[in-house]
Amino acid sequence: MSDELSKPFTESSLSKEELMKMNRERRVQIITFAFMIFLTVLAFIAVGMEMIEPSFAIPFILLLAVVQFVLQLFYFMHLKDKDHQWPNAFMLTGIVVATPAVIALVLLLGVTKY
Amino acid sequence: MATATASMNNNKSVLWDWLTTVDHKKLAVLYLIAGTLFFVKAGVMALFMRIQLMSAENDFLTGQTFNEFITMHGTIMLFLAATPLIFAFMNFVIPLQIGARDVAFPFVNALGFWIFFFGGLLVSVSWFFGGAPDAGWTAYVPLSSGEYADLGLDFYVLGLQISGIGTLVSAINFIVTIINMRAPGMTMMRMPLFCWTGLVTSILIVFAFTPLAAGLALLMLDRIFGGQFFVPDSGGNAVLWQHIFWIFGHPEVYILVLPAFGIISEVIPAFSKKRLFGYTAMVFATLIIAFLSFMVWVHHMFTVGIGPITNSVFAIATMAIGIPTGIKIFNWLFTMWGGKLTFNTAMLCASSFVPTFVLGGVTGVMLAMVPIDYLYHDTYFVVAHFHYIVVGGIVLGLLAGTYYWYPKMFGHKLNEKLGILMFWLFYIGFHLTFFIQHILGLIGMPRRVFTYLDGQGMETMNLVSTIGAFLMGAGVVVLVINIVYSAFTSERVAVRDPWDARTLEWSTTTPVPEYNFAQTPQVRSLDPWFYEKIHGDGLMKSAEPMDEIHMPNGSILPFMIGLGLFIWGFGMIMLNMENPIMPPAIVIGVGFVVTFGSMLVRSIKEDHGYHIPLDKVKKIEKEVS
Repeated sequence: MSDELSKPFTESSLSKEELMKMNRERRVQIITFAFMIFLTVLAFIAVGMEMIEPSFAIPFILLLAVVQFVLQLFYFMHLKDKDHQWPNAFMLTGIVVATPAVIALVLLLGVTKY
Repeated sequence: MATATASMNNNKSVLWDWLTTVDHKKLAVLYLIAGTLFFVKAGVMALFMRIQLMSAENDFLTGQTFNEFITMHGTIMLFLAATPLIFAFMNFVIPLQIGARDVAFPFVNALGFWIFFFGGLLVSVSWFFGGAPDAGWTAYVPLSSGEYADLGLDFYVLGLQISGIGTLVSAINFIVTIINMRAPGMTMMRMPLFCWTGLVTSILIVFAFTPLAAGLALLMLDRIFGGQFFVPDSGGNAVLWQHIFWIFGHPEVYILVLPAFGIISEVIPAFSKKRLFGYTAMVFATLIIAFLSFMVWVHHMFTVGIGPITNSVFAIATMAIGIPTGIKIFNWLFTMWGGKLTFNTAMLCASSFVPTFVLGGVTGVMLAMVPIDYLYHDTYFVVAHFHYIVVGGIVLGLLAGTYYWYPKMFGHKLNEKLGILMFWLFYIGFHLTFFIQHILGLIGMPRRVFTYLDGQGMETMNLVSTIGAFLMGAGVVVLVINIVYSAFTSERVAVRDPWDARTLEWSTTTPVPEYNFAQTPQVRSLDPWFYEKIHGDGLMKSAEPMDEIHMPNGSILPFMIGLGLFIWGFGMIMLNMENPIMPPAIVIGVGFVVTFGSMLVRSIKEDHGYHIPLDKVKKIEKEVS
């Protein structure tokens, strides 16, 4: 293993199938990326064009944010992949731990009493 | 260990060898030394504070010095003494217990140590630049803001930021190690409990030290660059800091105490000659404690006035922690129940940990009740409570670990007579110091005050507390004497397993060779070493043929990166100095260049390590066995 380290990565460690898989993965990543840009543009339009009422625009962009968050986790953070239980467990733990913290930092600052 | 490595690197000087080492066993010793030095330093501060509080209206220390001492005592004990001491044992024991040759990233391991060390140094040099931080270890704003606190707080912010990076880096390394480097057959549910608590602690560090880093960064922006995050007049919020600090601060307590639980769970079965009672329950209790530790931070802020619903929710969550902790307590008791007990020093520390920790836990549940917390808040009752957890829990655990693993680490046992003397001095001193502080708190003595008036009924109890503190100090002195005395007089441990213990680290030869295991062991059960002693031929089955061993090269770069961050942090602090000797920008630039230059060298220089050839492995194996 160690004497292969000086070779370029593709020659030392990738077979044909793995290379194909990597190219497919790359396509998927680019498509997801384009889709997310599209979602972001939608959000900007919803706020920037003043035709849409704020009462609709705010929940709408929040929904877009949630969709984007889930997509990012599944595609960019590889939650969809097989043999990814450990990273998945860690990311879910992070979400569980961060949620009350974020809620607290927004709401529980002593301005309004709960 | 020493002889084996000396023959490997006989062309290097000893100092250079230690500065460049990436061996987890040597880094453990470095952590142990650094942690002990910081521990003694903060302990001496505690003694000075106790002298000041010995009698009413004493003037041994001024109020300012006293404030600096309480801040530095808390900061050093938690970040720079307890954390590295725990990392010392995790570094030494975890790779051995899971049957690995080293941690997953030896270089990163060294990096974590040196960054932590230089961060700690940065906090410590504050004494020479106009005084140490003085806003308490929690550094609440506005007390810690630029308006009220001097340069010392800048050292606190930057020093902890840097040492926090080191801790974070080491924790990530441990997570990767435990998940990926386990020997064949070592499933997660066969891991010794110390590995489990080490893993959970590392996870907690990853999730808790990141908010701390964010909070310290915000405070740094406020103090050095004129930010307004915590300035209410400019739209900031002071409660924000308390939230961020305690989102970190509460898990921090569990970061420290869980490995102590792990040590106790190793020592008690070994000296009870029984397997750990309720292993599975212990693992899940650990996980539940870790989960709950992130859901309870507001119990430090009950008196802030966030509101009754919030307080109630967090009070109940806090009390819930008592359940998994209780499971652990009973499991330790049932492990000892009916066992063939040996009361040597390690076992004395481990078994006395159990009732002491219960005392700390009971006062914890008392403090979790909101209405009565308004009475306890900021009194000595709280001080007594958390010292029962920290000293009675963590320090006793660390002492037990020291006596237990000392033969494996240094090749000889510590003297038992001196050990038992140390234990009783320390244990009696500890209860004298802190038990009476419960009562002091109940009669109304506030914490963090540097003196009190005559005739309030506090003199005698404070005197008793001070006497106890000196007994504890005497205990630590005896420990130091013991280490020196044993190094000269104790006979070498030549056997693998001086305690007749159960886990895999005792299957290695003493001293442990550089590569730990010549052949990766095959694990067949929980307590694998005990299983082989009973059901096998008394030696671990190997999972691979004897072959040459790939080892990492040492490197000075971790030291350089730590040094660079130190210079960088110092330069940032110089921005707040009135008359810096040289422009801060130059110092910051030098730090930047050293840090990123070292990283660049690491990135472009290929370093594939070296191989220990087969005949040399065989020779070493013959020598040590």
